Amino acid sequence: MSYVPLTMTDLMLAATLLIINAAISWFFRLQLEKSIAIAVVRMVVQLALIGVVLKFIFAQTSPSWTAMLGLVMIVAAGIEVMTRQTRPARGWQAFGLQTATLFFIGIAVTGLGVGIIIGPDPWYAPRYVLPILGMVLGNTLTGMCLVLDTMTETASRERGAIEARLALGAHRFEAMSNVLHVAMRTGMIPILNAMATTGIVALPGMMTGQILAGVDPVEAAKYQVLIMFLIAGATALGVVCAGVGAIVLLTDDRHRLRLDRIRKKR
Amino acid sequence: MLRVEHLRIGDLSPLTFKVADGECLAIEGPSGSGKTRILRAIADLDPSQGPIFLDGAERNEMPASEWRHRVRYCAAEPSWWTETAQGAFADTENAESGRLQRLLAALGLAGSLLNRQLSIVSTGERQRLALARALMDDPKVLLLDEPTAALDPQATALVEELIKYQVLSGRGVILASHNRAQIERLAHVRLLLPKRPRAGTTAEHAA
Repeated sequence: MSYVPLTMTDLMLAATLLIINAAISWFFRLQLEKSIAIAVVRMVVQLALIGVVLKFIFAQTSPSWTAMLGLVMIVAAGIEVMTRQTRPARGWQAFGLQTATLFFIGIAVTGLGVGIIIGPDPWYAPRYVLPILGMVLGNTLTGMCLVLDTMTETASRERGAIEARLALGAHRFEAMSNVLHVAMRTGMIPILNAMATTGIVALPGMMTGQILAGVDPVEAAKYQVLIMFLIAGATALGVVCAGVGAIVLLTDDRHRLRLDRIRKKR
Repeated sequence: MLRVEHLRIGDLSPLTFKVADGECLAIEGPSGSGKTRILRAIADLDPSQGPIFLDGAERNEMPASEWRHRVRYCAAEPSWWTETAQGAFADTENAESGRLQRLLAALGLAGSLLNRQLSIVSTGERQRLALARALMDDPKVLLLDEPTAALDPQATALVEELIKYQVLSGRGVILASHNRAQIERLAHVRLLLPKRPRAGTTAEHAA
């Protein structure tokens, strides 16, 4: 088993499939030609760039270069959490809080996975650290976004019920407990579904990649199981942090519901 | 005794008034004049500036939950967070005592109402249930926002009787209402809010 490198001609050949996309858009007047062009160019440029950057960083095998790219990924994930929400909180506090959460979860879970469990030599080998950090961050941020969106939406809808409890002397965590419950369940469900159905409908991307690269499928499956555990743990931590953080943001120290702290619906 | 000193809420003019134990103060004014905002601010549910004292203790001297145990706000349209009213009463200290049954009887509500789905209970019954819930843990001051808005004359009379009894028993009551006759029947003191609040508003002692 060995892997077949792709040439430029191979990619050009595959790119002809895009003509089908363009033709469909033209035939059905979907007016997506511009969007297709932008998306394709973005994908090619972004992937080519990250390929070059990773090649450079892998060649260095220096902890500081790895840490730097890791930090860029964490900040990008923090920005993504803000932009994906329908009603994000006002101000920079929320952004700082979310990025800090992603930072600690990303470092802790990736550190556990790479440093202790996989144990490559050297322990900071970017070939292991960066892809795993990416997968951990991506899934954690999806969970966090779901929780934050559900919290702000449910709190706005259930405002009367929350304030009824506050008026009866409930602590802010008590008054928000129903909201938190709904939001945390919502945040956890995607990863649970992913674990339950993985391998039946489609092979996960990482496992496919390893198999294409010539790794024994059983070994690839073992890696996938490890990744799933890491992602599930990271998502659970992210969901809890986002839920508790959202309560702190949506209420103040006098236990008032402060819906004025979130932006209007876009 | 509840004392409000130069309370500033948004663009309302500063408010100064007091409500003694066993006294009922009515806040009168057209819609949008700020009745609800004043009650919510006194319960500390919305941010506001200026001291509010209850028996000499300022609200910021105690946790907000403690303040709201003593100064109890009842919304005009009460919301619930449980399937049945039973769930919302279950966590009160006096749930087992006869207090709940007495309150329900005084309000003309059957005990079986507690186990019915709140979504199919009528608006008027929900409003009376909320008043009963508010009285369960013995607040010192009641802030009632249109307590009979959803009620028929018979139920209104029962609720007014209960409010009178609470005043007699020594609770301070602040009543926001635009029912003139009700204010005549219940209030000792009136606070008149101008339509466009400007100059300092203080309570006038009526009768």
